[in-house]
Amino acid sequence: MIKVALPANLQALAGSGRMVELEVDGTVTQRAVLDALEARYPALLGTIRDAVTKKRRPLLRFFACEEDLSDIAPDTPLPDEVARGAEPLLILGAIAGGGDG
Amino acid sequence: MSKVRVLVGTRKGAFILSSDASRKRWDVAGPHFAGWEIFHVNGSPADPDRLYASQSSAWFGQVMHRSNDAGKTWETVGNQFQYDGTPGTHTWYDGSPHPWEFKRVWHLEPSLTDPDTVYAGVEDAALFKTTDAAQTWNELPGLRTQKTGPSWAPGAGGLCLHTLVIDPTNPDRLYAAISSAGVFRTDDEGKTWKPVNHGLRSNHIPDPDAEVGHCVHRIAMHPSRPNVLFMQKHWDVMRTDDRAESWHEISGNLPSDFGFVIDVNANEPDTVYVIPITSDSLHYVPEGKLRVYRSRSGGNEWEALTKGLPQKDCYVNVLRDALATDQLDPCGVYFGTTGGQVYASADDGDSWEAIVRDLPAVLSVQVQTIP
Repeated sequence: MIKVALPANLQALAGSGRMVELEVDGTVTQRAVLDALEARYPALLGTIRDAVTKKRRPLLRFFACEEDLSDIAPDTPLPDEVARGAEPLLILGAIAGGGDG
Repeated sequence: MSKVRVLVGTRKGAFILSSDASRKRWDVAGPHFAGWEIFHVNGSPADPDRLYASQSSAWFGQVMHRSNDAGKTWETVGNQFQYDGTPGTHTWYDGSPHPWEFKRVWHLEPSLTDPDTVYAGVEDAALFKTTDAAQTWNELPGLRTQKTGPSWAPGAGGLCLHTLVIDPTNPDRLYAAISSAGVFRTDDEGKTWKPVNHGLRSNHIPDPDAEVGHCVHRIAMHPSRPNVLFMQKHWDVMRTDDRAESWHEISGNLPSDFGFVIDVNANEPDTVYVIPITSDSLHYVPEGKLRVYRSRSGGNEWEALTKGLPQKDCYVNVLRDALATDQLDPCGVYFGTTGGQVYASADDGDSWEAIVRDLPAVLSVQVQTIP
Protein backbone atom coordinates (compact mmCIF):
# COMPACT_ATOMS: atom_id res chain seq x y z
CA MET A 1 0.00 0.00 0.00
CA ILE A 2 1.20 3.47 -0.88
CA LYS A 3 0.95 6.11 1.82
CA VAL A 4 0.04 9.71 0.97
CA ALA A 5 -0.01 12.51 3.55
CA LEU A 6 -2.58 15.22 2.82
CA PRO A 7 -2.63 18.85 4.01
CA ALA A 8 -5.43 19.85 6.36
CA ASN A 9 -7.67 21.51 3.76
CA LEU A 10 -7.63 18.43 1.58
CA GLN A 11 -8.27 16.14 4.54
CA ALA A 12 -11.45 18.12 5.21
CA LEU A 13 -12.47 17.89 1.58
CA ALA A 14 -11.76 14.18 1.31
CA GLY A 15 -13.21 13.39 4.71
CA SER A 16 -10.01 11.52 5.51
CA GLY A 17 -7.26 11.61 8.06
CA ARG A 18 -3.80 12.98 7.35
CA MET A 19 -2.45 9.69 6.02
CA VAL A 20 -4.34 7.76 3.36
CA GLU A 21 -3.33 4.38 1.96
CA LEU A 22 -3.82 3.50 -1.69
CA GLU A 23 -3.44 0.48 -3.95
CA VAL A 24 -1.44 1.46 -7.02
CA ASP A 25 -1.12 -0.93 -9.95
CA GLY A 26 2.11 -1.08 -11.96
CA THR A 27 4.99 1.32 -11.59
CA VAL A 28 4.52 3.74 -8.73
CA THR A 29 4.78 7.21 -10.24
CA GLN A 30 3.44 10.60 -9.27
CA ARG A 31 0.76 10.28 -11.95
CA ALA A 32 -0.25 6.76 -10.83
CA VAL A 33 -0.50 7.82 -7.19
CA LEU A 34 -2.56 10.91 -7.98
CA ASP A 35 -4.83 8.90 -10.30
CA ALA A 36 -5.46 6.44 -7.47
CA LEU A 37 -5.96 9.24 -4.95
CA GLU A 38 -8.53 11.04 -7.12
CA ALA A 39 -10.33 7.77 -7.90
CA ARG A 40 -10.65 7.06 -4.18
CA TYR A 41 -11.56 10.65 -3.25
CA PRO A 42 -13.32 12.33 -6.22
CA ALA A 43 -13.73 15.50 -4.13
CA LEU A 44 -10.01 16.08 -4.66
CA LEU A 45 -10.33 16.30 -8.45
CA GLY A 46 -8.76 19.54 -9.61
CA THR A 47 -7.41 20.50 -6.19
CA ILE A 48 -3.90 19.00 -6.48
CA ARG A 49 -3.43 19.18 -10.23
CA ASP A 50 -5.46 20.80 -12.94
CA ALA A 51 -8.34 18.52 -13.89
CA VAL A 52 -7.69 18.93 -17.60
CA THR A 53 -3.96 19.57 -18.08
CA LYS A 54 -2.96 17.44 -15.05
CA LYS A 55 -0.31 20.03 -14.19
CA ARG A 56 0.52 20.38 -10.49
CA ARG A 57 -1.15 23.37 -8.92
CA PRO A 58 1.68 25.87 -8.52
CA LEU A 59 1.44 26.40 -4.74
CA LEU A 60 1.50 22.68 -3.88
CA ARG A 61 4.66 20.65 -3.36
CA PHE A 62 5.39 16.91 -3.36
CA PHE A 63 8.07 15.67 -0.95
CA ALA A 64 9.32 12.16 -0.12
CA CYS A 65 12.41 10.75 1.54
CA GLU A 66 13.57 14.30 2.34
CA GLU A 67 13.57 15.25 -1.34
CA ASP A 68 11.47 17.73 -3.28
CA LEU A 69 9.84 15.72 -6.08
CA SER A 70 7.47 18.48 -7.16
CA ASP A 71 9.02 19.06 -10.54
CA ILE A 72 9.94 15.55 -11.61
CA ALA A 73 8.19 14.25 -14.71
CA PRO A 74 4.86 12.69 -13.65
CA ASP A 75 5.78 9.27 -15.05
CA THR A 76 9.15 9.06 -13.27
CA PRO A 77 9.15 6.18 -10.75
CA LEU A 78 8.92 7.43 -7.16
CA PRO A 79 11.59 6.29 -4.68
CA ASP A 80 11.53 2.61 -3.65
CA GLU A 81 10.63 3.54 -0.08
CA VAL A 82 7.42 5.20 -1.33
CA ALA A 83 6.65 2.30 -3.67
CA ARG A 84 7.07 -0.17 -0.76
CA GLY A 85 4.93 1.96 1.58
CA ALA A 86 7.85 2.50 3.94
CA GLU A 87 7.76 6.27 3.40
CA PRO A 88 4.79 8.50 2.50
CA LEU A 89 4.46 10.85 -0.41
CA LEU A 90 3.88 14.19 1.30
CA ILE A 91 1.56 16.73 -0.37
CA LEU A 92 2.04 20.17 1.11
CA GLY A 93 0.76 23.67 0.53
CA ALA A 94 3.54 26.22 0.09
CA ILE A 95 4.05 28.46 3.12
CA ALA A 96 2.04 31.68 2.83
CA GLY A 97 4.90 33.71 4.25
CA GLY A 98 2.61 35.75 6.46
CA GLY A 99 0.28 36.60 3.60
CA ASP A 100 -3.50 36.62 3.79
CA GLY A 101 -3.71 32.90 3.05
CA MET B 1 -44.16 32.24 10.52
CA SER B 2 -41.58 33.23 7.93
CA LYS B 3 -37.89 32.65 8.51
CA VAL B 4 -34.85 34.48 7.26
CA ARG B 5 -31.57 32.83 6.40
CA VAL B 6 -28.48 34.96 5.75
CA LEU B 7 -25.78 33.15 3.79
CA VAL B 8 -22.39 34.69 4.47
CA GLY B 9 -19.21 33.97 2.51
CA THR B 10 -15.93 35.02 4.11
CA ARG B 11 -12.20 34.78 3.51
CA LYS B 12 -12.07 31.74 5.78
CA GLY B 13 -15.35 29.89 5.48
CA ALA B 14 -19.13 30.23 5.21
CA PHE B 15 -21.64 31.03 7.93
CA ILE B 16 -25.41 30.66 7.98
CA LEU B 17 -27.33 33.07 10.19
CA SER B 18 -30.98 32.19 10.88
CA SER B 19 -33.87 33.97 12.53
CA ASP B 20 -37.63 34.07 12.56
CA ALA B 21 -39.49 36.98 10.98
CA SER B 22 -38.94 39.18 14.02
CA ARG B 23 -35.23 39.19 13.10
CA LYS B 24 -34.25 39.80 16.72
CA ARG B 25 -32.51 36.57 17.75
CA TRP B 26 -30.07 34.88 15.43
CA ASP B 27 -28.60 31.42 15.31
CA VAL B 28 -25.08 31.37 13.86
CA ALA B 29 -23.92 28.14 12.17
CA GLY B 30 -20.40 27.68 10.81
CA PRO B 31 -17.74 27.94 9.76
CA HIS B 32 -18.59 25.66 6.88
CA PHE B 33 -15.56 24.92 4.66
CA ALA B 34 -13.24 26.35 7.32
CA GLY B 35 -10.12 27.93 5.92
CA TRP B 36 -11.42 28.34 2.36
CA GLU B 37 -12.37 31.57 0.64
CA ILE B 38 -16.10 31.44 0.02
CA PHE B 39 -16.89 33.89 -2.72
CA HIS B 40 -20.60 33.17 -2.75
CA VAL B 41 -23.32 31.00 -1.22
CA ASN B 42 -26.76 31.18 -2.74
CA GLY B 43 -30.04 29.29 -2.45
CA SER B 44 -32.61 28.22 -5.01
CA PRO B 45 -35.79 30.35 -5.04
CA ALA B 46 -37.61 27.19 -6.17
CA ASP B 47 -36.31 25.08 -3.26
CA PRO B 48 -34.85 27.16 -0.43
CA ASP B 49 -33.16 24.15 1.16
CA ARG B 50 -31.04 23.71 -1.98
CA LEU B 51 -27.87 25.75 -1.52
CA TYR B 52 -24.78 26.12 -3.66
CA ALA B 53 -21.38 27.36 -2.47
CA SER B 54 -18.27 28.46 -4.32
CA GLN B 55 -15.07 27.61 -2.50
CA SER B 56 -11.78 28.92 -3.77
CA SER B 57 -8.16 28.82 -2.71
CA ALA B 58 -4.90 30.00 -4.22
CA TRP B 59 -3.47 26.62 -3.23
CA PHE B 60 -6.24 24.21 -4.16
CA GLY B 61 -8.23 26.00 -6.85
CA GLN B 62 -11.98 25.92 -7.27
CA VAL B 63 -14.30 23.59 -5.38
CA MET B 64 -18.09 23.61 -5.58
CA HIS B 65 -20.51 22.36 -2.95
CA ARG B 66 -24.23 21.66 -2.87
CA SER B 67 -26.54 21.18 0.08
CA ASN B 68 -30.02 19.66 -0.06
CA ASP B 69 -30.84 20.41 3.57
CA ALA B 70 -30.28 24.14 4.02
CA GLY B 71 -26.61 23.78 4.79
CA LYS B 72 -26.73 21.08 7.46
CA THR B 73 -24.75 18.77 5.18
CA TRP B 74 -22.82 19.44 1.98
CA GLU B 75 -21.46 17.37 -0.87
CA THR B 76 -18.79 18.27 -3.39
CA VAL B 77 -20.05 18.65 -6.95
CA GLY B 78 -18.47 19.44 -10.30
CA ASN B 79 -15.60 21.93 -10.35
CA GLN B 80 -14.59 21.78 -14.00
CA PHE B 81 -15.13 25.08 -15.77
CA GLN B 82 -13.73 24.70 -19.26
CA TYR B 83 -14.15 27.50 -21.75
CA ASP B 84 -15.97 26.49 -24.90
CA GLY B 85 -13.67 25.75 -27.84
CA THR B 86 -10.33 27.47 -28.15
CA PRO B 87 -10.73 30.42 -25.84
CA GLY B 88 -8.49 32.99 -27.56
CA THR B 89 -7.37 36.11 -25.72
CA HIS B 90 -8.56 39.17 -23.86
CA THR B 91 -6.50 42.27 -23.12
CA TRP B 92 -3.92 42.23 -20.33
CA TYR B 93 -2.98 45.13 -18.02
CA ASP B 94 -0.23 46.26 -20.41
CA GLY B 95 -2.50 46.10 -23.44
CA SER B 96 -1.10 42.85 -24.77
CA PRO B 97 -3.30 39.86 -25.68
CA HIS B 98 -3.63 37.39 -22.80
CA PRO B 99 -5.20 33.91 -22.89
CA TRP B 100 -8.46 33.39 -21.05
CA GLU B 101 -7.72 31.45 -17.88
CA PHE B 102 -10.33 30.19 -15.44
CA LYS B 103 -9.53 31.37 -11.91
CA ARG B 104 -12.63 31.16 -9.72
CA VAL B 105 -16.41 31.36 -9.46
CA TRP B 106 -17.46 34.77 -8.16
CA HIS B 107 -21.22 34.52 -8.27
CA LEU B 108 -23.91 31.83 -8.34
CA GLU B 109 -27.40 32.69 -9.58
CA PRO B 110 -29.88 29.83 -9.31
CA SER B 111 -32.80 29.66 -11.73
CA LEU B 112 -36.01 31.18 -10.42
CA THR B 113 -37.94 27.99 -11.19
CA ASP B 114 -35.62 24.96 -11.32
CA PRO B 115 -33.43 24.06 -8.34
CA ASP B 116 -31.07 22.05 -10.55
CA THR B 117 -30.29 24.98 -12.87
CA VAL B 118 -27.71 27.54 -11.81
CA TYR B 119 -25.70 30.21 -13.61
CA ALA B 120 -22.12 30.88 -12.52
CA GLY B 121 -20.20 34.06 -13.20
CA VAL B 122 -16.47 33.39 -13.26
CA GLU B 123 -13.05 35.02 -13.58
CA ASP B 124 -11.71 35.36 -16.30
CA ALA B 125 -15.10 36.72 -17.21
CA ALA B 126 -17.47 34.12 -18.61
CA LEU B 127 -20.87 32.66 -17.90
CA PHE B 128 -21.40 28.98 -17.13
CA LYS B 129 -24.61 27.05 -16.55
CA THR B 130 -25.51 23.75 -14.96
CA THR B 131 -28.81 21.94 -15.40
CA ASP B 132 -27.88 18.90 -13.30
CA ALA B 133 -27.52 20.46 -9.87
CA ALA B 134 -23.89 21.46 -10.41
CA GLN B 135 -22.51 18.07 -11.40
CA THR B 136 -21.43 19.50 -14.76
CA TRP B 137 -20.95 23.05 -15.98
CA ASN B 138 -21.04 24.27 -19.57
CA GLU B 139 -20.09 27.70 -20.82
CA LEU B 140 -22.63 29.90 -22.57
CA PRO B 141 -19.93 31.22 -24.89
CA GLY B 142 -22.01 33.94 -26.54
CA LEU B 143 -21.02 36.40 -23.82
CA ARG B 144 -17.25 35.90 -23.87
CA THR B 145 -17.14 35.63 -27.65
CA GLN B 146 -19.24 38.77 -28.08
CA LYS B 147 -17.36 41.11 -30.45
CA THR B 148 -15.94 43.29 -27.67
CA GLY B 149 -14.56 40.31 -25.68
CA PRO B 150 -10.96 40.54 -26.93
CA SER B 151 -10.80 44.15 -25.68
CA TRP B 152 -11.93 43.39 -22.12
CA ALA B 153 -9.15 44.10 -19.62
CA PRO B 154 -9.07 43.27 -15.92
CA GLY B 155 -9.21 45.84 -13.15
CA ALA B 156 -7.20 45.38 -9.97
CA GLY B 157 -9.75 42.82 -8.76
CA GLY B 158 -9.44 40.71 -11.89
CA LEU B 159 -11.59 40.27 -14.98
CA CYS B 160 -14.59 38.91 -13.14
CA LEU B 161 -18.23 38.36 -13.98
CA HIS B 162 -19.55 39.26 -10.54
CA THR B 163 -23.26 40.03 -10.95
CA LEU B 164 -26.07 38.19 -12.72
CA VAL B 165 -29.65 39.43 -12.71
CA ILE B 166 -32.52 37.40 -14.16
CA ASP B 167 -35.61 39.25 -15.35
CA PRO B 168 -38.43 37.50 -13.44
CA THR B 169 -40.98 38.43 -16.11
CA ASN B 170 -38.85 37.07 -18.94
CA PRO B 171 -36.36 34.36 -17.97
CA ASP B 172 -34.74 34.62 -21.41
CA ARG B 173 -33.45 38.03 -20.38
CA LEU B 174 -30.37 38.20 -18.16
CA TYR B 175 -27.96 40.95 -17.26
CA ALA B 176 -24.30 40.27 -16.54
CA ALA B 177 -21.90 42.80 -15.02
CA ILE B 178 -18.17 42.42 -15.56
CA SER B 179 -15.28 44.33 -14.01
CA SER B 180 -13.96 46.10 -15.86
CA ALA B 181 -15.94 45.69 -19.07
CA GLY B 182 -19.46 46.82 -18.19
CA VAL B 183 -23.00 45.49 -18.38
CA PHE B 184 -24.22 43.03 -21.01
CA ARG B 185 -27.77 41.86 -21.75
CA THR B 186 -29.13 38.78 -23.43
CA ASP B 187 -32.73 38.45 -24.60
CA ASP B 188 -32.38 34.83 -25.76
CA GLU B 189 -31.30 33.00 -22.57
CA GLY B 190 -27.61 33.57 -23.03
CA LYS B 191 -27.11 32.71 -26.69
CA THR B 192 -26.30 36.26 -27.79
CA TRP B 193 -25.33 39.32 -25.78
CA LYS B 194 -24.84 43.00 -26.34
CA PRO B 195 -23.07 45.66 -24.27
CA VAL B 196 -25.57 48.03 -22.64
CA ASN B 197 -23.43 50.83 -21.25
CA HIS B 198 -24.76 53.92 -23.02
CA GLY B 199 -24.68 56.84 -20.60
CA LEU B 200 -21.82 55.55 -18.44
CA ARG B 201 -18.78 57.82 -18.21
CA SER B 202 -15.50 56.52 -16.80
CA ASN B 203 -12.50 58.82 -16.68
CA HIS B 204 -10.05 55.98 -16.11
CA ILE B 205 -10.39 54.83 -19.73
CA PRO B 206 -9.11 56.73 -22.76
CA ASP B 207 -12.60 57.20 -24.22
CA PRO B 208 -14.78 57.98 -21.17
CA ASP B 209 -18.03 56.93 -22.84
CA ALA B 210 -16.70 53.91 -24.72
CA GLU B 211 -18.97 50.98 -25.50
CA VAL B 212 -17.07 48.79 -22.98
CA GLY B 213 -14.33 49.24 -20.39
CA HIS B 214 -16.46 50.54 -17.51
CA CYS B 215 -15.76 49.22 -14.04
CA VAL B 216 -19.27 48.30 -12.96
CA HIS B 217 -19.30 47.11 -9.35
CA ARG B 218 -22.87 45.93 -8.92
CA ILE B 219 -26.34 46.14 -10.47
CA ALA B 220 -29.73 45.51 -8.85
CA MET B 221 -33.36 45.21 -9.92
CA HIS B 222 -36.71 45.17 -8.15
CA PRO B 223 -38.65 42.14 -9.45
CA SER B 224 -41.87 44.13 -9.92
CA ARG B 225 -40.17 46.64 -12.23
CA PRO B 226 -37.70 44.78 -14.42
CA ASN B 227 -37.09 47.64 -16.83
CA VAL B 228 -35.40 49.63 -14.07
CA LEU B 229 -31.91 48.76 -12.85
CA PHE B 230 -29.64 50.53 -10.41
CA MET B 231 -25.85 50.46 -10.63
CA GLN B 232 -22.94 51.22 -8.36
CA LYS B 233 -20.07 51.92 -10.72
CA HIS B 234 -16.44 52.46 -9.72
CA TRP B 235 -17.49 56.08 -9.53
CA ASP B 236 -21.12 57.12 -9.98
CA VAL B 237 -24.41 55.61 -8.93
CA MET B 238 -26.51 55.10 -12.04
CA ARG B 239 -30.05 54.18 -13.07
CA THR B 240 -31.72 52.93 -16.23
CA ASP B 241 -35.44 52.92 -16.97
CA ASP B 242 -35.27 51.10 -20.28
CA ARG B 243 -33.63 47.71 -19.69
CA ALA B 244 -30.16 49.25 -19.71
CA GLU B 245 -30.46 50.81 -23.15
CA SER B 246 -29.40 54.08 -21.49
CA TRP B 247 -28.15 55.04 -18.03
CA HIS B 248 -28.23 58.31 -16.11
CA GLU B 249 -26.46 59.37 -12.95
CA ILE B 250 -28.30 59.50 -9.60
CA SER B 251 -25.35 60.07 -7.23
CA GLY B 252 -26.92 63.32 -6.01
CA ASN B 253 -25.79 64.31 -2.50
CA LEU B 254 -23.79 61.17 -1.61
CA PRO B 255 -20.55 61.94 0.29
CA SER B 256 -18.71 59.68 -2.16
CA ASP B 257 -20.13 58.26 -5.35
CA PHE B 258 -17.62 55.40 -5.16
CA GLY B 259 -18.74 52.15 -3.58
CA PHE B 260 -19.36 48.51 -4.27
CA VAL B 261 -22.87 47.52 -3.18
CA ILE B 262 -26.35 48.54 -4.25
CA ASP B 263 -29.74 46.94 -3.63
CA VAL B 264 -33.44 47.71 -3.64
CA ASN B 265 -36.05 47.52 -0.87
CA ALA B 266 -38.37 44.53 -1.33
CA ASN B 267 -41.54 46.57 -0.87
CA GLU B 268 -40.63 49.95 -2.34
CA PRO B 269 -39.10 49.74 -5.84
CA ASP B 270 -37.77 53.29 -5.59
CA THR B 271 -36.01 52.75 -2.25
CA VAL B 272 -32.36 52.04 -2.91
CA TYR B 273 -29.38 51.40 -0.62
CA VAL B 274 -25.68 52.11 -1.16
CA ILE B 275 -22.66 52.31 1.14
CA PRO B 276 -20.28 55.07 0.01
CA ILE B 277 -16.58 54.27 0.21
CA THR B 278 -13.60 56.58 -0.05
CA SER B 279 -11.58 56.03 -3.17
CA ASP B 280 -9.38 55.83 -5.10
CA SER B 281 -6.82 54.05 -2.97
CA LEU B 282 -8.34 54.11 0.53
CA HIS B 283 -11.31 51.79 0.15
CA TYR B 284 -12.85 52.36 3.55
CA VAL B 285 -15.88 54.35 4.65
CA PRO B 286 -15.56 58.17 4.65
CA GLU B 287 -14.67 60.03 7.85
CA GLY B 288 -14.44 56.86 9.95
CA LYS B 289 -18.26 56.59 9.89
CA LEU B 290 -20.10 53.52 8.67
CA ARG B 291 -23.20 54.89 6.95
CA VAL B 292 -25.73 53.24 4.70
CA TYR B 293 -27.34 55.74 2.37
CA ARG B 294 -30.97 55.33 1.37
CA SER B 295 -32.87 57.05 -1.40
CA ARG B 296 -36.66 56.81 -1.30
CA SER B 297 -37.02 58.60 -4.61
CA GLY B 298 -35.13 56.26 -6.90
CA GLY B 299 -31.89 58.21 -6.56
CA ASN B 300 -30.40 61.70 -6.31
CA GLU B 301 -31.76 62.46 -2.82
CA TRP B 302 -29.95 60.32 -0.26
CA GLU B 303 -30.19 60.15 3.54
CA ALA B 304 -27.57 58.72 5.85
CA LEU B 305 -28.69 55.79 8.02
CA THR B 306 -26.49 55.64 11.11
CA LYS B 307 -28.51 54.36 14.06
CA GLY B 308 -26.63 51.40 15.49
CA LEU B 309 -23.65 51.75 13.15
CA PRO B 310 -20.21 52.95 14.33
CA GLN B 311 -19.80 56.68 13.75
CA LYS B 312 -16.15 57.06 14.66
CA ASP B 313 -12.88 55.18 14.15
CA CYS B 314 -14.41 52.79 11.62
CA TYR B 315 -12.31 51.91 8.57
CA VAL B 316 -13.96 48.91 6.96
CA ASN B 317 -14.98 48.24 3.39
CA VAL B 318 -18.14 46.53 2.13
CA LEU B 319 -17.48 44.41 -0.94
CA ARG B 320 -19.71 44.16 -3.98
CA ASP B 321 -21.67 41.01 -3.12
CA ALA B 322 -21.99 41.86 0.58
CA LEU B 323 -25.34 43.69 0.84
CA ALA B 324 -28.76 42.09 0.40
CA THR B 325 -32.39 42.55 1.36
CA ASP B 326 -35.05 40.12 2.55
CA GLN B 327 -38.66 39.93 1.31
CA LEU B 328 -40.45 40.86 4.55
CA ASP B 329 -42.37 44.02 5.42
CA PRO B 330 -40.74 46.10 6.77
CA CYS B 331 -37.82 45.10 4.63
CA GLY B 332 -34.71 43.64 6.22
CA VAL B 333 -31.37 44.92 4.97
CA TYR B 334 -28.10 43.11 5.64
CA PHE B 335 -24.46 43.77 4.91
CA GLY B 336 -21.08 42.36 5.85
CA THR B 337 -17.79 44.21 6.23
CA THR B 338 -14.14 43.46 5.69
CA GLY B 339 -13.87 43.78 9.49
CA GLY B 340 -16.03 40.69 9.92
CA GLN B 341 -19.24 42.31 11.12
CA VAL B 342 -22.62 41.39 9.66
CA TYR B 343 -25.14 44.16 10.32
CA ALA B 344 -28.91 43.75 10.01
CA SER B 345 -31.80 46.17 9.92
CA ALA B 346 -35.37 44.89 10.35
CA ASP B 347 -36.93 48.30 9.67
CA ASP B 348 -35.99 49.33 6.13
CA GLY B 349 -32.59 50.57 7.31
CA ASP B 350 -33.78 52.95 10.04
CA SER B 351 -31.78 51.11 12.72
CA TRP B 352 -29.06 48.49 12.72
CA GLU B 353 -27.59 45.79 14.94
CA ALA B 354 -24.63 43.52 14.42
CA ILE B 355 -25.68 39.87 14.17
CA VAL B 356 -22.02 38.87 14.49
CA ARG B 357 -18.95 41.05 14.93
CA ASP B 358 -15.85 38.95 14.55
CA LEU B 359 -16.05 36.81 11.45
CA PRO B 360 -13.26 36.72 8.87
CA ALA B 361 -13.54 39.45 6.22
CA VAL B 362 -16.95 39.14 4.57
CA LEU B 363 -16.99 38.56 0.81
CA SER B 364 -20.70 37.99 0.20
CA VAL B 365 -24.10 38.19 1.88
CA GLN B 366 -27.18 36.56 0.39
CA VAL B 367 -30.60 36.45 2.05
CA GLN B 368 -33.33 33.84 1.78
CA THR B 369 -36.86 34.59 2.96
CA ILE B 370 -38.59 31.32 3.69
CA PRO B 371 -42.40 31.34 3.90
